[in-house]
Amino acid sequence: MSREKVIKTTGGKKNPGRIEAYLNLWKRHPGSAFVASLVWLAALLTMGVLIFLVSFIVIKGVRHLTPDLFALSYNTDNVSLLPALINTLIITAFSLLVAVPLGIFAAIFLVEYANKGSKMVNLIRITAETLQGIPSIIYGLFGLLFFCTTIHWGLSLLSGSMTLVIMILPLIIRTTEEALLGVPDTYREASFGLGAGKLRTIFRVVLPSAIPGILSGVVLATGRIVGETAALLYTAGSVAKVPDSLMGSGRSLAVHMYVLSTEGLYMDQAYATAVVLLVFVLVLNGVSALIARRISKASTGN
Amino acid sequence: MTHKFSERVMKAVFFVAACASVLAVALICIFLFTNGIPAMTEIGVSDFLFGQKWKPSNKIFGILPFILGSIYVTAGSVVIGVPTALLTAIFLAFYCPKRLYPILKAMVNLMAGIPSVVYGFFGLVWIVPMMRDLTGKDGSTMLTASILLGIMILPTVTGVVEPALRSVPTSYYEGALALGATHERSVFRTVIPAAKSGVAAGIVLGIGRSIGETMAVIMVAGNQTWMPQGLLKGIRTLTANIVMEMGYATDLHRSALIATGVVLFVFILLINLCVSALKRRSAYE
Repeated sequence: MSREKVIKTTGGKKNPGRIEAYLNLWKRHPGSAFVASLVWLAALLTMGVLIFLVSFIVIKGVRHLTPDLFALSYNTDNVSLLPALINTLIITAFSLLVAVPLGIFAAIFLVEYANKGSKMVNLIRITAETLQGIPSIIYGLFGLLFFCTTIHWGLSLLSGSMTLVIMILPLIIRTTEEALLGVPDTYREASFGLGAGKLRTIFRVVLPSAIPGILSGVVLATGRIVGETAALLYTAGSVAKVPDSLMGSGRSLAVHMYVLSTEGLYMDQAYATAVVLLVFVLVLNGVSALIARRISKASTGN
Repeated sequence: MTHKFSERVMKAVFFVAACASVLAVALICIFLFTNGIPAMTEIGVSDFLFGQKWKPSNKIFGILPFILGSIYVTAGSVVIGVPTALLTAIFLAFYCPKRLYPILKAMVNLMAGIPSVVYGFFGLVWIVPMMRDLTGKDGSTMLTASILLGIMILPTVTGVVEPALRSVPTSYYEGALALGATHERSVFRTVIPAAKSGVAAGIVLGIGRSIGETMAVIMVAGNQTWMPQGLLKGIRTLTANIVMEMGYATDLHRSALIATGVVLFVFILLINLCVSALKRRSAYE
């Protein structure tokens, strides 16, 4: 009890102390004080912009979230976003279905099998880095040229998903790699010591303990897919309904929002769609932060 | 026997998966270049790159306005975004109260996760009208696009620079303090110079994000095909050119758009090279 009190009182005194120190700084080192003010100002500005942007869109958008918006099919009366939402879920599921195993396997090769510094590994690293820097419109162009035109999938959810697979692959490889590298070597040695083969060690020992790290990468990738527009516009198309199969064209939520806001006819609905997108992003970010916290807790617990 | 066999098969599977990214980069290069280069030679490389007019209906394809547009808008976003982002990174690394840190870090991550179409929408419904009121003219301008991109590269630059600052040994900072420097002087004169490669990598990454940004720019930049005419006039970037016209382009027009993509791609590859060189250097430091 008394200790807490001591901390509280010193904590209470610390704050006016900080302001006093700041004023003193202006007297003795005006240059430093100026720089310090700039730093605080910049941080306030950054956070202020974010808070303003989110609250602006949420406040103006929430009241347009009418039941009409979630009607089963789109027409010009209800401007429903449900088909786009369903398309987004389909594209997300399908992209992850392909990209996650591919990315995890690639990372397993890089971490568990490849000898460090070999030419092949360097090449893989460099290409993954390159992929990460390519803007989504280039992926869109490639998807259009390759998936839609060359292998004749046309404008379809499949073409869009495959384009996104390439886009999120480097992200999944990198996060999985980091997660695998974070698994202590003693785990592997213990497993080998018990007579397990390499494969069994990877799938039964290494991967399970790397799952939180991998998961946070998957969540990040999901966020990128949900928000993607440029790579989908000319690969999945912008038809406002849920297609009968993966080979049909359909717009995702972000594309839906782009179309609404450039048409300029349904700004209220565009606001509402923005709110839905923001909610998605907020939830995904929250989940990934939660996982990250669990990882850091686990590592400090050890 | 079967045990060994499955080990081998799976090793091969892992290897093939790892090669997917190599294959993807190879395919992207091949398809972009084989579809774009012929158009460029048909139009004439210098006519294409340095032509000042873009009139697809008259078969005039000059993309200099868009190249300059991309460069100007990116430069503007760097002027606006980078100082703020650097100071924010410095704040997070050296000024932020411990209790606030997780919240602010989460906010920066959230900022990085907001889709570009939402940024674009925000620009369209808030920044554009505001600029219209301020200048009394059209609000979709180079300046508007620069401001919006400046906001969008904040989390990108901050996210790279902050870890770079943190990776500088604390003895640098403490040594400066011990010599009588203020907190500010220690940070700005010893820590930041020591982290300069990481800082530079962050800035270049921001440039890459800015030049490749598509949807947000389209929604606020005006997209006129004329040569850039000033801060308060509309402008079209390389990325915007592709998305604006890809929907209806055919034949040479379509190939010219793909060639526009090739030019953008080359820009991006150069920027990527810079980033990885700088990152390697900061790893050695």
